[in-house]
Amino acid sequence: MRAALALLLVLLLGSAARAERLIVSVSNHRVTVTPNYSGEELVLFGSVEKDATSPADRTAYDLVVTVMGPRADMVTRRKERTFGIWINTDYRQFLQVPSYLALFANRSFDAITSPEIARRQQIGLNNVLLTQRVGGDYADVVPNDAFRSAFIRLRTQRGLYREDPSAVTFLTPTLFRTGIPLPAEVPIGTYEVEIRLFANGAFIGKTETAFEIVKVGFEQFVATTARQNGLIYGLVTAAMALMTGWMASIVFRKD
Amino acid sequence: MQLYLPIADLPVNVFLVLAMGAAVGFVSGMFGIGGGFLMTPLLIFIGITPAVAVASVTSHIAASSFSGALSYWRRRAIDPALASVLLCGGVTGTALGVWTFTQLRALGQLDLMIALSYVVLLSTVGSLMFSEGLRALMRTRRGALPPRRTHNWIHGLPLKMRFKRSKIYLSVIPVVIVGIMIGFIGAIMGIGGGFILVPIMIYLLRVPTSTVIGTSMVLTLVTMLFATMLHAVTNHLVDAVLALILMVGGVTGAQFGVRAGQKIRGEQLRLLLGLLILSVGIRFAIELVIRPEDLFTIRELGVSG
Repeated sequence: MRAALALLLVLLLGSAARAERLIVSVSNHRVTVTPNYSGEELVLFGSVEKDATSPADRTAYDLVVTVMGPRADMVTRRKERTFGIWINTDYRQFLQVPSYLALFANRSFDAITSPEIARRQQIGLNNVLLTQRVGGDYADVVPNDAFRSAFIRLRTQRGLYREDPSAVTFLTPTLFRTGIPLPAEVPIGTYEVEIRLFANGAFIGKTETAFEIVKVGFEQFVATTARQNGLIYGLVTAAMALMTGWMASIVFRKD
Repeated sequence: MQLYLPIADLPVNVFLVLAMGAAVGFVSGMFGIGGGFLMTPLLIFIGITPAVAVASVTSHIAASSFSGALSYWRRRAIDPALASVLLCGGVTGTALGVWTFTQLRALGQLDLMIALSYVVLLSTVGSLMFSEGLRALMRTRRGALPPRRTHNWIHGLPLKMRFKRSKIYLSVIPVVIVGIMIGFIGAIMGIGGGFILVPIMIYLLRVPTSTVIGTSMVLTLVTMLFATMLHAVTNHLVDAVLALILMVGGVTGAQFGVRAGQKIRGEQLRLLLGLLILSVGIRFAIELVIRPEDLFTIRELGVSG
């Protein structure tokens, strides 16, 4: 049913690329995180549509899908041994980096295109722009920088950053699909999806779509209240503590 | 059954947290303490950040100390005058503690400070309690009488006040200072401080055993309620869902703990408690000294957009 709906959307949506048109849709544009949410997988469907201007001999396409979660500032700290104990000493601030980042392709990134184009198109976790504040400057650093690689490694461990060069599958030479795994601790907000099309190593077009992750129900209410009405939230929590304590003393009263 | 914690921002198994609450509740009922010094490390151990653990445990301790304080109140084992003087200090100390907590968090050294305070405080109190328990145990073996209590320098301080229910005549200065200290460390470490407060009140302030636990519970209750409020207002770190599960587990476990505690002799109880406190302290010390699995950590500074 979902697949059928997605296919229907595939036919309705779409955006203009150069010679080829990429038409894509995700299986669900609004993912809801409920209290028992433990991860989910979205499906991205799409097809490459040729028009009259596209060269007839062009048959093999390559695709790179980039999914970016809401952006946030993050700090990476490094521990060092000082006076015999391990404490945070140095840190680097990452500015407006995606809280979720996934890169998928139908085959390895270096087989798809040249390193130069990969860098320009930000293909691969090593090429994605992660701005750091270095002193007074804002810049990205070399991929093997200790803080940058630690940052990517830690985000990958939590399932929030990933790169999978075999996740995109072509069902027919022009119809493709890929799964977008969303872990349990997925950040809420708007997710941008960019689909880049390559043929014979050349970048020939790009299209975008988006989906949204929202928290619903009681827990969303709790989280919002805690942030926006700290005082009321504190009072309610304190009252809850007193109620529980009082009920316990009644239930377990021995006389 | 998995449940998503809204503030801690991670899914946990409800039964695991419930069991942890019950286990800590059992221990706290057995020894007549709040159990925060066990609960906070356990939460950190299952992956909740130290900051959220500390802030949420404060409300858990408030619940368990309230049910305790109610039963002591019925037995008239609370000294209202002594409790209110302690509270003057306690509230000030808590405010200072939460303020320090916020500052340290901004500096990125909060986790270190929490761990360090655990090491210093728990290993000191634990070894003192353990050695005292050993000595008392040996004394009873030999059949000797406990040493007589004498007045110390604290009883020479000015601003004396009569505490009727406890039948003591004492300067308010040390009482307020003790209150400040307990409030301060309680807010930073997520502990009620009962396990430090009770020995101080008995050995230093010479408060009789009949009122000491009840009165210390009142201080714990108010400082922890106040700490919950302040943590909620300033740092938005109190996870009410987590706290509720802990409370339910905790108050239930405590009832069984009280029954178990009544079957064990006082000296043995102190020996056990000392050992328990000491081992938590050592556990934290080891963590600071050995090379961490990962030298890097990430903290989000808030999502925008």
